[in-house]
Amino acid sequence: MKRSQPPVLDIQSFADHHIITQPNPLRAAVRQIDPRDADDPVARAEQALAGLSGEFQSWMETECERLAAAHETMKLQGVTAATRNELFRAAHDIKGDAATFGFPTAAAAAESLCRIIEHAPDLAAVPSGLIAHHINAIQAIIREKAGVDTTGMAGELSRKLRGVADEYLTAVNRDRPEHLDAILAPSIVPGR
Amino acid sequence: MPAPSRLMFRIDFNKLRFLVCDDNPHMRRILRTLLHSFGTREVHEAEEGATALEMYSHYVPDIVITDWSMPIFDGLELTQMIRQPGSSGNPYVPIIMLTGHSEKRRVTIARDAGVTEFLAKPISAKALYQRILSVVANPRPFIKTKTYFGPDRRRNTTAKYIGPERRNGGDVEILQQPSLLDKARSSS
Repeated sequence: MKRSQPPVLDIQSFADHHIITQPNPLRAAVRQIDPRDADDPVARAEQALAGLSGEFQSWMETECERLAAAHETMKLQGVTAATRNELFRAAHDIKGDAATFGFPTAAAAAESLCRIIEHAPDLAAVPSGLIAHHINAIQAIIREKAGVDTTGMAGELSRKLRGVADEYLTAVNRDRPEHLDAILAPSIVPGR
Repeated sequence: MPAPSRLMFRIDFNKLRFLVCDDNPHMRRILRTLLHSFGTREVHEAEEGATALEMYSHYVPDIVITDWSMPIFDGLELTQMIRQPGSSGNPYVPIIMLTGHSEKRRVTIARDAGVTEFLAKPISAKALYQRILSVVANPRPFIKTKTYFGPDRRRNTTAKYIGPERRNGGDVEILQQPSLLDKARSSS
């Protein structure tokens, strides 16, 4: 957009707040079109996204390596703010990206791992196998994607991991209602 | 007799300048691809909040799209830094929070930091387009109180709100829009 003078603000003042309205600075970017206009920017973007799909497998493998490396660092250096945050971010990225890249069951397993990291009162006290099983499952789902159709099995694996993780988190948070509420609250993302 | 034609609107993306902030290079690539496909020419990218803030001052973007969880300086802090009413930059810029967080309380925290739209990953072309269309075509007024500066958070029709942040003075203004949470729930 062309940058010009600062917009003129309309400010209404009340007892404890102001309502500030400005002319829509992006109005010039909205245009009326002919209903017969066949151009579809969303379809165009979906097509471009599909054009990237050949890279998704290798992207996910990179994300998995980062997750495994973060876990190894945590095992070597112990649970610190830095190791915990890096493990969380690696899992969180997979949670957010994997479904877009065609690995929804890996996203589900990563979400379960994120919940453990976020809601366990003492990450060092989490049974050692629980975190490792999540990471192994995510790696297996990504690795096997190119082979046989494993969606059913991968989905079952993710669901079982989530069940075990939720059972653990519910037990260790029984005296922490704010965490318990968050654990039991439904996700805002449909299907999760 | 022909049916009256319905007005249709579209965004001229080539008139919009975007700033994208995400520490994940794959997600930046996805966003760049989507925005360029929509027709945008200018997409500036930062991999963490501090760099994004510098780029924000330098490039003066029309729309900011930011991740939440990033090392050191995250998307929430970026939002809070931008939403400074006296800042030399544009504190009114639309901010779309694109995040893997998918809990209701996160939507509330983001809203209270001054985020304009909340988009939970996984991302889709349609959901991103709709969020951009919303901030471009239907900007909300800003509210300034002692504790908040950002887009109007009122989106429903109840005039009986009695919470701690109820505004005093003047009539209750109602915005007929779905809440960020409702939109996040139907994002795909």
